[in-house]
Amino acid sequence: MEKEMELLRLLEKNGRMPVITIAKMLDLTVEKVEERMSDLEKRKVILGYSGIVDWTKVDSPEGITAMIDVKVQPKRGVGFDEVAERIYRFKEVKALYLMSGTYDLSVVIEGTTMSEVGQFVSEKLSTLESVLSTTTHFQLKKYKHDGVVFEDGDEDHRIVVSP
Amino acid sequence: MTSSQEKSNQYLSSAVKRIQPSGIRKFFDLASSMDNIISLGVGEPDYSTPWNVREASIASLERGITSYTANAGMLELREAISRYLENEFETLYNPSDEIIVTAGASEAIDLALRATVNPGEEVLIVEPSFVSYAPLVSLVGGVPVPVATSIENGFKVTAEQIERCVTEKTKAILLCFPNNPTGTIMSKLELEKVAAVIKRHDLLVYSDEIYAEMTYDNQHVSVPSLDGMWERTILISGFSKAFAMTGWRLGYVTAPSHLASGMLKIHQYAMMCASTMAQYGAIEALKNGKEEMLEMIESYRQRRNFFVSSLKEIGLTCHKPGGAFYAFPSIESTGLSSEAFAEKLLFDERVAVVPGNVFGAGGEGHIRCSYASSLSQLEEAVERIDSFLGKIR
Repeated sequence: MEKEMELLRLLEKNGRMPVITIAKMLDLTVEKVEERMSDLEKRKVILGYSGIVDWTKVDSPEGITAMIDVKVQPKRGVGFDEVAERIYRFKEVKALYLMSGTYDLSVVIEGTTMSEVGQFVSEKLSTLESVLSTTTHFQLKKYKHDGVVFEDGDEDHRIVVSP
Repeated sequence: MTSSQEKSNQYLSSAVKRIQPSGIRKFFDLASSMDNIISLGVGEPDYSTPWNVREASIASLERGITSYTANAGMLELREAISRYLENEFETLYNPSDEIIVTAGASEAIDLALRATVNPGEEVLIVEPSFVSYAPLVSLVGGVPVPVATSIENGFKVTAEQIERCVTEKTKAILLCFPNNPTGTIMSKLELEKVAAVIKRHDLLVYSDEIYAEMTYDNQHVSVPSLDGMWERTILISGFSKAFAMTGWRLGYVTAPSHLASGMLKIHQYAMMCASTMAQYGAIEALKNGKEEMLEMIESYRQRRNFFVSSLKEIGLTCHKPGGAFYAFPSIESTGLSSEAFAEKLLFDERVAVVPGNVFGAGGEGHIRCSYASSLSQLEEAVERIDSFLGKIR
């Protein structure tokens, strides 16, 4: 179990780490690591392996990210789950959370232009029967995402040899 | 030597003339002049100090707290150190008169030696050892006596080895576990056997436990926590390694009050007190730094596993270090001296390691590699060492 947690923490930091490296770091055999990873995948503990990309550094349309606070009317018997499902099924929705506080749902969406995001909110999200109101916040700059600091200088300030 | 150099040297004390500059310095000078170096020669964490610790220090500056503190350090910090040592290592020290906050563990070692060693007295040093021990003993007029350990015994010192080195002039013994440069740790049973000899000969112990938190597979055993050892031990530690605070120069020394008061006399005249802003950071580190410290240590443990196993794969014999962040592989199979190996590796493959001979007896035939570097750097270093071995074998 302890090794499993360690394995998960390593993969969360770097999903591309070679199995042979993981095996050495955890003092396990390659077969054992492969077995555990496949078990974790089957149990849906590991849901996928993705990269964190700084799109500002490549020559491509950057895209617009918006976070939308949504107030909804929960339904008897299904609470927020039914409307949540209707929302997360939209391909534009990258993340969806049920929140405490002034708003009920927090929706993260990505589009190529601001008008595309606007269109999604006005035509798809606001028109859902349970949605009472929306407040859209556009993301201006990414400083940190999924624990990774963007534009972080990874310079080693240490002297080359020290006691 | 030019005549002006000769003239300048006449002013140097004979004690200073006797000691040699650190062997590490030579490698620093060499490596610093080169580009594209992968350095495994660094004896410090590759993390920056945790942000909350930095912030506590910044806050103290913003509040204008920039005056001297008590000579022994802020009472609040000494109390925090006392609680920390009790909780983590089962050793109890009174913050009022048994703890002194110092400018790094380096000052703490110097204080301990200066306060206790008389000229001509012998101090046993378990070697391979940190480069400053023997010169510091010499500087106070003492005689450093190496107790050499070897890879066959995992660089552990035995009671018999100590017994063989004790003479009527022996005053004290200097222990450092987890060890720099070998990473060796000692179990409670092993330390108890050593302690029995120490007690029988009524020796004083300097126990440098700066790497105590970085003990990976077993619980660290603090020397003063052993039966009958507290009263004869001066414990040295600090914040540099566990809390990634090397540049803050903040350490501490703890001892029974009569020894601590002796050290305090020197500290108050020589240093006055440790840096005030650093002391504020240290309080925060002890109070709220454990979680981040444990994360860093987990990462060192994983990198140790990776690095040691990779070294073995490329054919270097290496014992598995139980602590610190150093591997100390044997390079004897290459037929090169540790210095020649390190120098050639640096020039041919641009990997900086420290030759084992600078750490004293028993260090020859080995190199010290710090694995406190990023995984990709370690991978690249192993590849380069492998290619180097292929060329020289």
